[in-house]
Amino acid sequence: MKRRLTPILLVVGLALLIVAPLGQTDYIKYILSSWLIFAIAAMGLNLTLGYAGQISLAQASFIGIGAYTTALLTLAGVPWIPSMLAAMAVSFLVGLALGFPALRVQGHFLAFVTLAFNTLFYLVARNEDWLTGGPYGLSGMPRPDFWLFDTNQNLPFYYFTLAVFVVAAALMWGIVRSPWGRAFKGLRENPIRAESLGVDTRRITLLAFAIGSAYGGLAGALISPLVQFINPDSFALVQSIRILLMVVVGGAGFFFGPLFGAAMVILLPEFLRFTEGYYLMIYASAVIVLMVFCPSGLIGAGQALRERFRPGHRVRGDMKQGSQL
Amino acid sequence: MSQFLQVFLSGLSTGSIYALAAIGFTLLWQAAQTVNFAQGEFVMLPAFFVLIGIHWLHLPLWLSLIFGLIVAVIVLGLLFKKVVVEPMLPNGGLPLIIATMALSILLKEGTKQFYGAEAQPFPNIFPQTTMTLDGAVISVQDIMNLVVSLGVVVGLTLFLNRTRTGRCMQATAQNPEVAEILGVNVKRMVLYTFLVNAALAALASFLISPIYLAKFSNGETLGLVAFIAAIVGGFNQIRGALVGGLLIGVLDNLTATYVTTEYRAALPLVMLIVIILWRPQGLLGTSEGRQV
Amino acid sequence: MKRQQFLAAAALFATATLGFSGAASAQEVVKIPCVCELSGAGAVSGTNYRDGARMAVDEINAAGGILGRKIVMTDMDTQTDPQTSRALVQKAIDSGAYAIMGTVYSGSTIVNMMVAQRAGIVQMTGSEAPNITERGNPYIFRTSSGAQKGVPALTAYFKDQLKVKKIAVEWVNNDFGKGGHDVFRKEMKRVGIDVVADVPSEQGQADFSADVSKIKNSGAQAVFVYLNEEEDARFLKEAKKQGLKVPLVGEVTLTGQKVIDLAGGAAEGAFAHVGLATSAPIPSIEKFVAKFKKRYGRDTDHNGIKGYIGIYAIKYATEMIGKFDSKALAKKLHGLTLDASKYPGMLLTTSWDQHGELSRESFMTEVKNGKQVVIGTVPAN
Repeated sequence: MKRRLTPILLVVGLALLIVAPLGQTDYIKYILSSWLIFAIAAMGLNLTLGYAGQISLAQASFIGIGAYTTALLTLAGVPWIPSMLAAMAVSFLVGLALGFPALRVQGHFLAFVTLAFNTLFYLVARNEDWLTGGPYGLSGMPRPDFWLFDTNQNLPFYYFTLAVFVVAAALMWGIVRSPWGRAFKGLRENPIRAESLGVDTRRITLLAFAIGSAYGGLAGALISPLVQFINPDSFALVQSIRILLMVVVGGAGFFFGPLFGAAMVILLPEFLRFTEGYYLMIYASAVIVLMVFCPSGLIGAGQALRERFRPGHRVRGDMKQGSQL
Repeated sequence: MSQFLQVFLSGLSTGSIYALAAIGFTLLWQAAQTVNFAQGEFVMLPAFFVLIGIHWLHLPLWLSLIFGLIVAVIVLGLLFKKVVVEPMLPNGGLPLIIATMALSILLKEGTKQFYGAEAQPFPNIFPQTTMTLDGAVISVQDIMNLVVSLGVVVGLTLFLNRTRTGRCMQATAQNPEVAEILGVNVKRMVLYTFLVNAALAALASFLISPIYLAKFSNGETLGLVAFIAAIVGGFNQIRGALVGGLLIGVLDNLTATYVTTEYRAALPLVMLIVIILWRPQGLLGTSEGRQV
Repeated sequence: MKRQQFLAAAALFATATLGFSGAASAQEVVKIPCVCELSGAGAVSGTNYRDGARMAVDEINAAGGILGRKIVMTDMDTQTDPQTSRALVQKAIDSGAYAIMGTVYSGSTIVNMMVAQRAGIVQMTGSEAPNITERGNPYIFRTSSGAQKGVPALTAYFKDQLKVKKIAVEWVNNDFGKGGHDVFRKEMKRVGIDVVADVPSEQGQADFSADVSKIKNSGAQAVFVYLNEEEDARFLKEAKKQGLKVPLVGEVTLTGQKVIDLAGGAAEGAFAHVGLATSAPIPSIEKFVAKFKKRYGRDTDHNGIKGYIGIYAIKYATEMIGKFDSKALAKKLHGLTLDASKYPGMLLTTSWDQHGELSRESFMTEVKNGKQVVIGTVPAN
């Protein structure tokens, strides 16, 4: 039954994403696009953290690498698609170069190295004016124009983002379900056993990190034309922490976790606007409570909730969780 | 030469404050295996407790400092341990790290909401006297910063090695199971570590705030520096954290003076990456075992 | 599990879309949202700007509003994040804004002003970076002079009054600091003063000993200090400690009351050129400062005045055109001069040029006995 339901739900979910911006203000379309973009970045980090079990604190810098690469190329007249591919390639390679030495040593060292790297990236972006525009940043990046489909308005841009998101998610689905992806999972659950079964732990972890970084680059390639302005502050360490929180809050290791986590950070402030300055405090407290009672994140919480109900009540349990968001 | 001496000595003074924060960092790492991402906020906050003592409770400065220290130990030591860390221990390392990140946002935003976004002046604890040494100007504050942090390291090391409680704390850090079997009250020892960390953070706060001022966002910079100092010096050694802190204070100034001001913040980061690659256990760290 | 995730997503979406449905705008009010920095690094400036604007709004509403309509000012917090500010300006426009107040930080304004420009909505910014008015955006208006006007006002001071040949510059390495720094370098080159030490510092930097030591050893006869308030205070303390004897001259912040309080005596003798001095011995400003203090229980910096006159400028210009038409408002403001004697809400006589750049008289100030004292007036240019 489950197997037959999944495609239907996929279609329903997609349909919801398609109708979501209709009749909404420009602001909402913009926010929704930004949600999907952060979900892509979080999806990448989810591979590193949720499947390979390594903390990375450099996802914002990979978004930055992608954003600057795309901005520089598109400003120089290169079309968006090759710019995006270049952005992903650069992020992937930097990820490899950064992860290779860090993963030699076990423990939290990838976290330390990525933390240092993110701050270094910020300094370089700010100081190298000739390339990055320094603290003023770069602006006026064109939005992609695919002959009949021009993304200058926010609605087409949203659909463009959605299309990229769907492709990225499908690729990620493939990666996670491939023998490769199973190796990731095996790695997280039991690294020693995985190794004894002939999995090259280090190589798999490194690949997970580099692919996750490339997803960061992809998100950057989308932010560049969405905001049409980038400056170093948007890619500082705090942003990396923000994305890490998205992944964990959504549910690290769950495929749709990042989508929820990004929603918590990007969309929830809309509902909590009446709390004014207290929003961040509420959010932070909620994260702490979540970590105490359900460290596996919102989806984990949903599962725990479901187990309390009989199968007949399954749907209601899910609905309840959704409305709690 | 006088310029070198000037920036070197000032760097030592600032670095010794970084060291205090870094020591607390390593203590928590050893006792609870957690990276406390709120450590910077732990240094930011006690200054505000003192300001509350001065401006709201109208206490004299010395009493406000004691008040600040006690509140810091209760809130950042006891409550942090009981309310945040303890319930999370069964969940493993990652949730706790994430929780400290959230806690850092909470403390920062909370301070801003309840005390305001503006920087606040903080009274001088030491007289503003300065002396000149071969062209370099040193203040009493500079000397006291160094004296206090060296004193803390010596005192803490003696405490851990010479007292029964200290040795129990070490045993707990090295192997909680065995310590438990040997009759050590592991929970209590871990709690002590948290209290010591809070006290060190408060001390760092009192020393840095007369110059750095009290502001809700101060923890962002301080936390990062303490973090780097702890890793560079060696995560499992108290004197490692001291060396790490001093090194960063001095190198930051030397880089800014002689090499580049734009990239002054980069050197400690590069150093961190190099050290992780070359000596993952840190400059003074030992690869096996933990001291506390 | 997958199914459940999807259903939860669906539920989230349903609530999201319902929650977002816009509210209809009422006819009898005029919306002037305030998009500014209420949290993050710019919280102090943004909050003062908002509170100054709020004071003007309440005064105008109490006196019957603009053309009989009450002003509704909603706060939108950008968290000092350019991307968020851009989204919020979009949101302000979606909600039917007639004009927009903010943002204060230049890094944000440069991004979000494109949105207001596209929609043809007048924006009253508190930013001072030169590039804001250099982009040919007909809808952006300053509430204080840009750095390209403020810094040159100091050039004459350095050249004729202090008669320096060698000078040092200490600046904060962000978009604000770099804006001031670049104009300063250009100005010094123009008048032939040698910049012997060029020292950028980090935001949140704790130790200024290297900065001061470099300046001290450079032989500079004066220092131009272009930092944020806290860094100003730390720099002044370190300068005092190392016995840096040359004049310290700033633009806007260095002699502000906040810096004086924070520096605890070390600010004594510092100079600054300020576009809007809260200490100016001008009755209208003194009255404003007292009103602000009475209402909020704290002192304002110049940003409070900026927000206040921003709202009044919108009111006066709107009453001149006699209708709520943002495009006409922009046209009216270009080249407009509002005389403070006829339009008291402006506090000082103010004019805007074709680029939205503002001009009015400004002040040279010095810190004497722990107070900002106006020592001279620089005429409007």
